[in-house]
Amino acid sequence: MKLEELLYADTHEWVLVEDQDAAKIATVGISKFAVEQLTDLVYIELPSVGTETQSGKEFGEVESVKAVSPLYSPVDGEVVEVNESLKDALETLNDDAYDGGWMIKVRLSDEASLSKLLDHAAYEKQCADES
Amino acid sequence: MPDCEVLQDREIRDLLPETAVATKPLALPELSEPDVVRHYTNLSTLNMSVDTHFYPLGSCTMKYNPKRNERLAGLPGMAHVHPYQTESSLQGMLELLYAMQEMLGEISGLPCVSLQPAAGAHGELTALMTAVAYFQHRGEARTKVLTPDSAHGTNPASATMAGLTAVTLKSGADGCVDMDDLRSKLDEDVAVLMITNPNTLGLFDGQVKEIAELVHDVGGLVYLDGANMNAILGVTRPGDFGADMMHFNPHKTFSGPHGGGGPGAGPICVNEDLGPFLPKPVVGLRDNEYYLDDDRPLSIGRVRSFFGNVGVLVRAYCYILSHGPDGLKKVSEHAVLNANYMLSRIRHILPVPHGNRCMHEFVASAETLKKNKGITAMDLAKRLLDYGFHAPTVYFPLVVPESMMMEPTETESKETLDAFCEALFRITEESSETLHSAPTTTLISRPDEVTAARKPVVTWNPGD
Repeated sequence: MKLEELLYADTHEWVLVEDQDAAKIATVGISKFAVEQLTDLVYIELPSVGTETQSGKEFGEVESVKAVSPLYSPVDGEVVEVNESLKDALETLNDDAYDGGWMIKVRLSDEASLSKLLDHAAYEKQCADES
Repeated sequence: MPDCEVLQDREIRDLLPETAVATKPLALPELSEPDVVRHYTNLSTLNMSVDTHFYPLGSCTMKYNPKRNERLAGLPGMAHVHPYQTESSLQGMLELLYAMQEMLGEISGLPCVSLQPAAGAHGELTALMTAVAYFQHRGEARTKVLTPDSAHGTNPASATMAGLTAVTLKSGADGCVDMDDLRSKLDEDVAVLMITNPNTLGLFDGQVKEIAELVHDVGGLVYLDGANMNAILGVTRPGDFGADMMHFNPHKTFSGPHGGGGPGAGPICVNEDLGPFLPKPVVGLRDNEYYLDDDRPLSIGRVRSFFGNVGVLVRAYCYILSHGPDGLKKVSEHAVLNANYMLSRIRHILPVPHGNRCMHEFVASAETLKKNKGITAMDLAKRLLDYGFHAPTVYFPLVVPESMMMEPTETESKETLDAFCEALFRITEESSETLHSAPTTTLISRPDEVTAARKPVVTWNPGD
């Protein structure tokens, strides 16, 4: 996964959009920067397949030794796949926030929300400002 | 003695299904009384407590618990009354609880009081349920609760428990509510705005009156989280700066003991519009007799058995009467003075991002130390234990990176505050290796918090 090809929400989720059988499928996770800020993760709650997600609305939460943080959906659509293996292997997120650390795949119902997301350079700049 | 009506001549094993009857005796430890007493007494010395160490745990107001409270709460008339006694034989206790309602109403500026909630968070939930009942009565179906991002986690949790949706408000760079963000989120769906003032950064949000007016303009209510009342007793009142309801934490503000999970108390105070919806019963006074007023048709009902955790309320009552109105004001003045003194020393050791003045607590940041030397707030907190100080609150509030939230309270001397500041200074001069392995003087050094949270073992196995 090339980080330059991903889109990013200002709430630190990343999105990879791909064409699949005439539909657009968005893979969603959280950035390495977010994982580093959260420190060691101890619990994750993800939606089930079929859940409707809405841009800017919570789709789950992660808990670290420091705090519980909501996960915000960067896209509109329906959850078609969930990375169930994360629940028992949260260290995956610490080691590999992108490939192995993906959380949900969403079949987009609307692509308008994508235009609100940041590209890699803009997101890098935001992280630099925050740290 | 009358015969037992249940068992009579039958054996217990005949009354229970086979699967519920043990086949061999339980492997209970066999120990003599002195062995047990020594075990627990020795364990108790491994703890830090306000009676043994300075305990500047921010947001928790770990003030000294005067021993007078314990003596008075232990008087037979206080300790041995039973809630099933008749009202006429409980007049003394009811009078105390009635006076407590009156005093909390006066201190808060919100005259209607329920003493039932069993803790601060329970008070939040009860007040939100009271607000929901109020809106239902008015035929309004409001759904949103606004909470600033520096709020205690209990605020959004209480909103969710009450069936409402929590919406986060941003803080501005000054640590107070971002008014533009507030305006953009205010609409007729807003039921309640919950605000902690002074907030968890130790700042009094001077916009609070304007915030309350904006919320009231859309028909919403303002809830004050009373966690930080120790800073403003007798100086200002939530009811005067626009709050419609609030809770007190008697274990913070009124020197009740901080128990390991309780018992606590979280009395709530509301304005007269909300009063009829409070839990019932409340203590009333009629023809010189105190009574439990159950005739409250709009009430949300009971939220706690009997009268709440009366033992904690008695201690708070003793504390309030011991100080009186002027004394309570002095409590807050000294709490604020101590915190500012500490801030003025700590800021030369660790940056305090939100200014050189505070209320009863302030938040320092170990971020620079982390960048330069790899020393985190957690390392400092752990090392302080070796120097004989309980650590401040770390990693809260979340709006400050590597935060250390310090609250000395009014009961500490200048010598103690100086000793703490000097210890912290010495620690920041130590090597990162020393700090990463701290604490070294405690029985357990660094428990593996990550594994404990990921793979908790919550049962005791005799072989372990």
